[in-house]
Amino acid sequence: MTRKQKRGVMIGAGVATLALAAILVLFAMKDSIVFFHTPSDIAEKHIPAGQRIRLGGLVADGSVQRGQGTTVTFKVTDTLKDIPVAFTGVLPDLFREGQGVVAEGKLDANGVFVADSVLAKHDENYMPAEVKKSLEERGVKLGNSAHPEGATKP
Amino acid sequence: MIVEFGHFALILALLVAAFQTVVPFVGARRRDARLMNVAEPAAISQFILLAMAFVALMHAYVTSDFSVANVAANSHSTKPMLYKISGVWGNHEGSMMLWVLILALFGAAVALFGNNLPPTMKATVLSVQASIALAFLLFILLTSDPFLRLNPAPADGNGLNPILQDPALAFHPPFLYTGYVGFSIAFSFAIAALIEGRIDAAWARWVRPWTLAAWMFLTIGIAMGSWWAYYELGWGGWWFWDPVENASFMPWLAGTALLHSALVMEKREALKVWTILLAILTFSLSLMGAFIVRSGVLTSVHSFAVDPARGVFILGIMVLFTGGGLALFALRAKEMRIGGLFQPISREGTLVFNNLLLVTSTATVLIGTLYPLVLEGLTGEKISVGPPFFNMTFGPIMVPLLLALPFGPLLAWKRGDLLGVSQRLVFAIVGALLLAAVAYAMFNRGPSLAPFGIALGAFVMLGAVTEWATRIKLGAAPLDEVVRRATNLPRSNYGTLLAHFGVGLMVVGIVGTTAYQEEHILVMKPGESLAIAGYDATFTGVKPQSGPNYREDIASFDISRGGSVVTTLAPSKRLYDAPPQPTTESGILASWLGDLYIVIGDQQAGTDGYAVRAYFNPLVRFIWIGALIMFIGGGISLSDRRLRVGAPVKSRRATVVAAE
Repeated sequence: MTRKQKRGVMIGAGVATLALAAILVLFAMKDSIVFFHTPSDIAEKHIPAGQRIRLGGLVADGSVQRGQGTTVTFKVTDTLKDIPVAFTGVLPDLFREGQGVVAEGKLDANGVFVADSVLAKHDENYMPAEVKKSLEERGVKLGNSAHPEGATKP
Repeated sequence: MIVEFGHFALILALLVAAFQTVVPFVGARRRDARLMNVAEPAAISQFILLAMAFVALMHAYVTSDFSVANVAANSHSTKPMLYKISGVWGNHEGSMMLWVLILALFGAAVALFGNNLPPTMKATVLSVQASIALAFLLFILLTSDPFLRLNPAPADGNGLNPILQDPALAFHPPFLYTGYVGFSIAFSFAIAALIEGRIDAAWARWVRPWTLAAWMFLTIGIAMGSWWAYYELGWGGWWFWDPVENASFMPWLAGTALLHSALVMEKREALKVWTILLAILTFSLSLMGAFIVRSGVLTSVHSFAVDPARGVFILGIMVLFTGGGLALFALRAKEMRIGGLFQPISREGTLVFNNLLLVTSTATVLIGTLYPLVLEGLTGEKISVGPPFFNMTFGPIMVPLLLALPFGPLLAWKRGDLLGVSQRLVFAIVGALLLAAVAYAMFNRGPSLAPFGIALGAFVMLGAVTEWATRIKLGAAPLDEVVRRATNLPRSNYGTLLAHFGVGLMVVGIVGTTAYQEEHILVMKPGESLAIAGYDATFTGVKPQSGPNYREDIASFDISRGGSVVTTLAPSKRLYDAPPQPTTESGILASWLGDLYIVIGDQQAGTDGYAVRAYFNPLVRFIWIGALIMFIGGGISLSDRRLRVGAPVKSRRATVVAAE
């Protein structure tokens, strides 16, 4: 091979790999990105049922129904609007009423958010950044008692 | 008193680092041996001072001195001794202390073992290394001082997050940080090379052992973290593509590329500019990891003790060193002589391919990790990029890399014989396909591509065996010659073989557990049983029990297989005393074929039934055993190189032979 050909092979391989990676990234971005919404967003923006989203807010006081089979239901609130959530599986250890939570899943036809993961967080003094920001934008005052943590169902 | 002594040692270390940054650097520019020679004692005393400071902090933890704010915030008198010690680095301030300690340890190691370095090079490397330490020591003293006192001292501390009270996680940070911080040496060498204008094969020979050491520890550190997440978090998963996980994975990918490109540079004097760039980028990714983990800018499941204000300081450090390094690179790279081009079908050709794919995969992980941050900055839209993105981008890039891997070490330098190598690999290809057929027959379900994934891993493993057999002429030479060759094969060769074998084993584990996991979520009452993956798990009830600093409800499951009792699993729900926090403990029955994994959830209202989540994770332990083999391979390779580091170019010939 001449010097020119060798360089051609090198450059060709490099460009081909990068192009392939770029295509993969674009496709994956289109299909697997999940938008974050608060209960008020969902009420305002009319998110269609079946679209994968992340729902964030506080677990509404008195809304958690545990110990009824394997599905736990609760409400996520941003103090303005509530969304009922159903999650099948074992909830995170630090899941408690009044604390921040992020759930990922889809809305069903009845407006119930069917979560397949409840976002994981294992520091007791932590509040997911998105939840905190959204709640602050809506003027909700936060104490230091945010204890979200998580579990996920693959 | 000991605490004040430690504080003083920390401040003194800062002054020594400042001195070590300036004086040897000036000395190297002026070719003044007296000024350059201070680098060595400075590096060693900086390490000793930081070790004293670290021990002083550890002493405060061990003796539960709650007049120290950091101890009061993160420890508790009833905590078991192991976690009093590991609690030192289980919080922000302490983990930064560990960071600078390891930084100084690497600096001291270069000072002690770098006798073969040219004096100006050594002085410059130690000066750059000290400048990194200086930045982090300033960070600690200005924003994260672990030695601040409380008055009055509280009666007891707040305790350590119970999920961190775990043996694997006690040792995870030291290993991980040794890896992260170890790449600082490659960075310092790269900056020194740019300043000195000296970039040649010898440079690669100096840098490789340090990079290899860092890489080994990062490998085992990440594996320990993954193992911990697997059994402690109770989610049955081992990798979540979480920002904090990615933060450690990106330097690992770039570091792996660096190891391989430095090999080309050492043996063929090529890829020089590229290798220097990689060295700068690898450590930059380590710094970015520290920023992501410490600042909490990205929502992560694993971040502990985040503080955005401190994050900005680390961002500053990162911008300074990455920006400075890249600016210097841009200025000097033009003056460097680019190495020769070479045949695509050759060992160096495959190593270029390796670098191309590893760096591209690093870039995809980087994009996926930072995209939410960028998008939110631009549009205010909040998104998350989850596992599907990474599986779709990272996975396909790994396939050609793994396919090419067995060919690389079998191809000759300069001009390889692809046909000959393919013939040698026939055994590996056939073996891999057979194994895939076995996997298909055994599981007979799951994605149709999964058996090919298993075959890919097996191909890499058998490729390593083939390489070994070829090198010792197994079957082609008389037995005594085979034995002689096997004993004389350099350790660095054995290291490479083992590391590649470990990669293959890990791939088999990853594919197996991802494709064939079995999961059940159900309510079980005492006496009921569940059939899972050939086991019968009978729930026999839940009992309360007390541990050293927690109470727990401990369930028991009798596990039997084919009618005979195998073991009893005892998953539990714990409530720790300090801080009062619940944790879920999994019950795991591990075997070579896979792990039976059970966790319990809520008690059912008004009954003695419990929500139960049970998994069977096939082949999952190969993931961590693969990582362990990679670690051991790195160690064996390093033990070989250490012997050569003392006298690298005594005989040009000997080096070449050893490298074959």
